Amino acid sequence: MTSSFPEEVLEHVFSFITSHKDRNVVSLVCKSWYEIERWCRRRVFIGNCYAVSPEIMIRRFPEVRAVELKGKPHFADFNLVPEGWGGYFYPWIVEMAKAYPLLEEIKLKRMVVSDEGLEMIGRSFRCFKVLILSSCEGFSTDGLAAIAANCRNLRELDLRESEVEDLSGHWLSHFPDACTSLESLNMSCLSSEVSLSALQRLVARSPKLKTLRLNRAVPLEKLSTLLLRAPQLVEMGTGAYSADIHSDVYSSLAAAFSKCKELKSLSGFWDVDPYYLPVFYSVCSRLTFLNLSYATIQSPDVSKIISQCPNLQRLWVLDYIEDSGLNTLSLSCKDLRELRVFPSDPFIADANVSLTEQGLVAVSEGCPKLQSVLYFCRQMSNSALITIANNRPNLTCFRLCILEPRAPDYLTFEPLDTGFGAIVDQCKGLQRLSLSGLLTDRVFEYIGKHAKKLEMLSIAFAGDSDLGLHHVLSGCDSLRKLEIRDCPFGDKALLANVSKLETMRSLWMSSCAVSLGACKLLSRKMPRLNVEVIDEQGDLDSRPDNCAVEKLYIYRTVAGPRLDTPSFIQTMGQNTAYRLP
Amino acid sequence: MDQKRIPLNLFDNFDLATELRLGLPGSDDQTEKKTSLSGNKRSSSEMESTTCSEENESRFSPPMKEQVVGWPPVRSYRKNILQVKKNDSESGSGMYVKVSMDGAPYLRKVDLKVYTSYEELMKGLQAMFKCNIGLYSEKEGYNGSMHAPTYEDKDGDWMLVGDVPWEMFISSCKRLRIMKSCEARGLGDS
Repeated sequence: MTSSFPEEVLEHVFSFITSHKDRNVVSLVCKSWYEIERWCRRRVFIGNCYAVSPEIMIRRFPEVRAVELKGKPHFADFNLVPEGWGGYFYPWIVEMAKAYPLLEEIKLKRMVVSDEGLEMIGRSFRCFKVLILSSCEGFSTDGLAAIAANCRNLRELDLRESEVEDLSGHWLSHFPDACTSLESLNMSCLSSEVSLSALQRLVARSPKLKTLRLNRAVPLEKLSTLLLRAPQLVEMGTGAYSADIHSDVYSSLAAAFSKCKELKSLSGFWDVDPYYLPVFYSVCSRLTFLNLSYATIQSPDVSKIISQCPNLQRLWVLDYIEDSGLNTLSLSCKDLRELRVFPSDPFIADANVSLTEQGLVAVSEGCPKLQSVLYFCRQMSNSALITIANNRPNLTCFRLCILEPRAPDYLTFEPLDTGFGAIVDQCKGLQRLSLSGLLTDRVFEYIGKHAKKLEMLSIAFAGDSDLGLHHVLSGCDSLRKLEIRDCPFGDKALLANVSKLETMRSLWMSSCAVSLGACKLLSRKMPRLNVEVIDEQGDLDSRPDNCAVEKLYIYRTVAGPRLDTPSFIQTMGQNTAYRLP
Repeated sequence: MDQKRIPLNLFDNFDLATELRLGLPGSDDQTEKKTSLSGNKRSSSEMESTTCSEENESRFSPPMKEQVVGWPPVRSYRKNILQVKKNDSESGSGMYVKVSMDGAPYLRKVDLKVYTSYEELMKGLQAMFKCNIGLYSEKEGYNGSMHAPTYEDKDGDWMLVGDVPWEMFISSCKRLRIMKSCEARGLGDS
C-alpha cells in the first residue's frame, strides 16, 4: 500500500482536502497516510483549548500556518462564567513562537489575550497575515499598536466584539507608511477616537482593502471622505450615524455611496438619524448582509430599507422591525438565509414593540431559503412553531428566546413541547437549537428521538426530571456541545451516560441538581474527561457529597487536568494537596 | 403539572408601572423590570439538593421579581448600546445644551449628563467662562456674585438655576444663560 503512490502525489491530493473533518478522517486511514497528512496539514482548529496542549499540537503538526483556538464556554457571553476562569492565549503563543516561524494566521474566540502575547506575535512571525480576535479580552490598544507596527504584511485585523482596554486611538498610527497590504480592518468594538487623518491615509494606501468596519467614534461627516478613498469596499461598517442636519453632508455621503459598486455588506448604524438613511439606498440592491442591530429606527424606516434589498441573504435587526417589517421582509427578500432579531428592551416584561410570533411565521412562509434563525420575542405558540416547522424543514439553526422564563403557549397555556417537537421532527438537518418557554421532559423525548444531526443544544429553565437529560444524552447521535442552566437535571442521567460525554466536546451545567459526589464518581469512571466544578462560595472540600454544585463544566481532553485553574474551580479526581496555589 | 397557568406575573408588573416614584423617567430603577421566578414549578429533587446554597432561598420570595443572571441571553455590549440610547432619549431635551454668558462673544455647549449635582455644574461653568457664580441660597438666589445662572425650561420660561431638584432640572433644561447679577435680580424676587 505504501509503495503504490509516492508521498508527493498523496500530499498533492491531500492539499485539495481542506475541511478539518475530512483531514481528520484521512489521517485515520493508515499509518503512512497519518504521517503524510500530519506533515502537510497547514490549518489546525482546536475547539477547546484545554482539550489538547500546545506541545501535543506542535509535535503532531510541525508545519502549520494557521491556528484557530476557542477558550471559554459559550455561556461566558452571558456572564455565567466567572472572571478568571481561564482560556489564556499566552502558553500557546510562547510555544508557537518557537515552533512555527512561518505562522501566518491566528484566530481566537473567547480567549484571554495579553499585550505581551500580541507583542510576541509581532516579533515572532515574519509572514504574519491574519489576526482575528473574536470575543476576546485582556489586551489593550498598546497590543494593537505592536501588531500594527511589526506585522509588515498584515492582511487582516479583526477585533469582532472583543473587550479591549482602550487607552487611546494612537495605535492606528503605528501602521508604517510602507504597509499597503491591508485587506480587512474591523475595529467596531473600540470606543476611543482614532486619528482620522491616519485612518484616511491608511485607507488611501490600501488598494486591496475590502472590509472596513469603523467604530462609533468615527463621525458621519467623515465617512464620505473615507468611502471616496475606498470605492472597492465589499464590507463596510459605519461609525455613529448621525450628524447635524446639513444638505452638504447628505449629498456628499450619497455621492460616496453611489461610487461603491462592490459593496455587499453594511453594519454599524449607531445613533441613527433617519434623515441620513436614504444616502445608502443606492447600494441596497447589491446588499447580501445588513446589520441593523444597533439601529434604533422604527418599523417604517426599516421596511423602507429592506424593501429595496432583493438580494439580502442575512439580516440582523432590532425588534423595532415589528411584525409589519418582518412581513415586508418576507415579501421582498426571497434569498434570505439568516435572520436575527434582537430585543431592544430585554428587561421590561411588557412589550414595547409590536413584534410577536407572527413576524417569524411570515418570514418562514415567504423566504424559502431561510436556514438560520435567532429570534427574541415575548410570546409564542405551539401552532406557530408547527407552522414554522412545516414551512421550513430546511432549517439548520433555530434559536428562540422567549424573554420570560418558562412562558407557556400564550394561547393555550400549555407547554411548548409539541411546537419544538415539530421543529426537530421536520427539520431533519437541524444542527443547532436553543429552547425557551415552558417545557417538560416531553420535549427532550422528541429531541432525543428526532434530532439526529443536532450538534449544539442550549437549554434554560426547562424539563421536569433526569429523564429529560437522559433522552438528550442517549438519543442525540451528533451532539457535540450541550449547555444547560436552571434545569432540574441531576445525577442519574449523567451517570447513566458517562461514555457519551467522551464523544462530545463539552457539557456545561449551572444551577441544576448535580451533586458533588456524582461529579467525583464521573471523574473516576472517565479519566479522559476533565470534570471541573465551579464554586465561588469556596470551601468545596468541606461540602457533603450530596450537595449540589453551582456550576459544572465537563470536557474531553488528552492533556489531562489543566494547571491554571483559579481557586474557585476544582477538577474532580485530583488530589487537592498537590494543586498549585 | 399546571396545564392552565395564567401568567400572574403580568399583573404584578402592572402595579410596578403605576407606582409613584421620585426618579427620572427612564432611570435604572424603573427600566429594570424583573423576570419572575416566583410561582414557577420546581421539582422537589432540585429543592432538596440545593438547600445548601443560600442563593435559592431568594428565588422563592414572591412577589418581587429578581433579575436573573445571564437572562435573557443578550451580550453585554448590546445591552449597553441600548441603555445609552434610552438615557439619551428619555432625559428630555437636557443633554447638550447651549450656554451663553452676557458679554461673551460666542456660546458654548455643555453636556448636562456629565454632572450629577448643581455644585459640579457650577464648577464646570465657572471653569468654562472664567467667571464667578457663587453659592445658591433659596431665599436670595445668587447674591454676592457677579453672575447668576439661569435656564430656559420646556415651557420657554427663564428660571433661576437651583430651585428645583437636580433630576427635574436636567430633564427640563433646554439652554443656559449666565446673566449679570444686576439683571437677574428680578428672578429671585417673589
